[in-house]
Amino acid sequence: MLAHNQDSLKRTPLHSLHVSLGGKMVPFAGYDMPVQYPAGVLKEHLHTRTQAGLFDVSHMGQIALRPKSGRIEDAARALERLVPQDIVAIAEGRQRYAQFTNAEGGILDDLMVANFGDHLFLVVNAACKDADEAHLRANLSDDCIIDSLADRALVALQGPKAEAVLAKFCTEAPAMKFMDAGPHEVAGIKCFVSRSGYTGEDGFEISVPASDAERLAKMLLDNPDVLPIGLGARDSLRLEAGLCLYGHDIDTETTPVEAALEWSVQKSRRSGGARAGGFPGAAKILAHFDGGASRRRVGLRAEGRAPVREGALLFADSAGGEPIGKVTSGGFGPSLSAPVAMGYVPVSLSALGTKLFAEVRGQRLPLAVAAMPFVKNTYKR
Amino acid sequence: MTTTLYTSDHEWLAIDGDTATVGITDYAQQQLGDVVFVELPKVGRSLKKAEAAAVVESVKAASDVYAPISGEVVETNEALAAEPALVNSDAQGAAWFFKIKIADRSELGGLMDEAAYKAHTA
Repeated sequence: MLAHNQDSLKRTPLHSLHVSLGGKMVPFAGYDMPVQYPAGVLKEHLHTRTQAGLFDVSHMGQIALRPKSGRIEDAARALERLVPQDIVAIAEGRQRYAQFTNAEGGILDDLMVANFGDHLFLVVNAACKDADEAHLRANLSDDCIIDSLADRALVALQGPKAEAVLAKFCTEAPAMKFMDAGPHEVAGIKCFVSRSGYTGEDGFEISVPASDAERLAKMLLDNPDVLPIGLGARDSLRLEAGLCLYGHDIDTETTPVEAALEWSVQKSRRSGGARAGGFPGAAKILAHFDGGASRRRVGLRAEGRAPVREGALLFADSAGGEPIGKVTSGGFGPSLSAPVAMGYVPVSLSALGTKLFAEVRGQRLPLAVAAMPFVKNTYKR
Repeated sequence: MTTTLYTSDHEWLAIDGDTATVGITDYAQQQLGDVVFVELPKVGRSLKKAEAAAVVESVKAASDVYAPISGEVVETNEALAAEPALVNSDAQGAAWFFKIKIADRSELGGLMDEAAYKAHTA
């Protein structure tokens, strides 16, 4: 195994906890992160689906957008210049999934946006956070103070037992619905809590001051229903949930329509809407909405047991022909005990049940376009 | 009387007459984590030493298993197709991968005995 240069890697406030829990540490997005703990990816995955898992996602970026005018609508309108979502309509205490788009209609990053009353709270991907912050500063500085909340950790508590576990430390937690978000005390610590996650399970994401992060994580892990979960299971859980991984399933070359994320673009920003367009790449993205895109992200289920992984080329036939698309995420789904994948195919081959082939080690393995999520989500709506 | 030898790529070979049974070591399965799929060579395939002969996949990644010596595949362990997790529970026993007819006994000279392999993974 190659030793990585740990000196150049950043550490989250929970780094020493990961090491003490036996986490196998690997470099990820510039951070030294646990890919798994002694339980292993399979058990960690299944435990999250049946009980609860605690994830350290402190490598992600947390940013506050504070309106200089003091009016939250001004921050919302400003942010709408960079994303195709209706930000103005996010009610106080609610959160919405969004994408930063580029002039070509591609996706620079995907993010969560919450309305905290006097400011917007953004959570962005680790690998993109510096670029996202620069993008916000370059475009929104006239209207907003862009406040990088680097002194906060972020943990996710996910799974069917998450509500009962968090309720012991946060009495408001059970009343929260999917995508509710706001400041709450957890065990007396001033946190930002949202009812959301990246697993398809009910659960919470908790932004906590870095200095209190380890204490909070240990309190949650003290519950026998809660296991620490590494990045390996985080990836297999989100894949089964049909959720995109930035840089793989979506990137600067994919529009939200191609990525099958139309549900995330509200009618008010589409053609004929009250605030149609006005975001980078609007011409291309709205053309995709109005006239259709030529390719589409779809779920794929293999007939056999061999995992079909990222990069595998897709073909329409069992032999010959040019590739018609590519797998962008794929692996073994522990809850299904079967391979699952997603990838891009021509719209003409995107209907559910369409038979395709993936080339794996020189062989064409049969698979079919399948509905996502692969595992039914259990969000508390 | 069988002798077990090891490669630096973490395969083991149990030599019994002119046949070698090949698998991956317990150390290798620990590094891989939960095994979810094993692809075995076809019986009758003629393998050259160091050629990719089988594939073992964990939830996260696929890894090649190399032919530790040259020879023809004479039997494969079909139990692994149905139960890949055997590799985690009994890597150096029930989870053997394939049996090979030894083509050139001189190739065995380059392999490690148990003590040398232990030192290699220490």
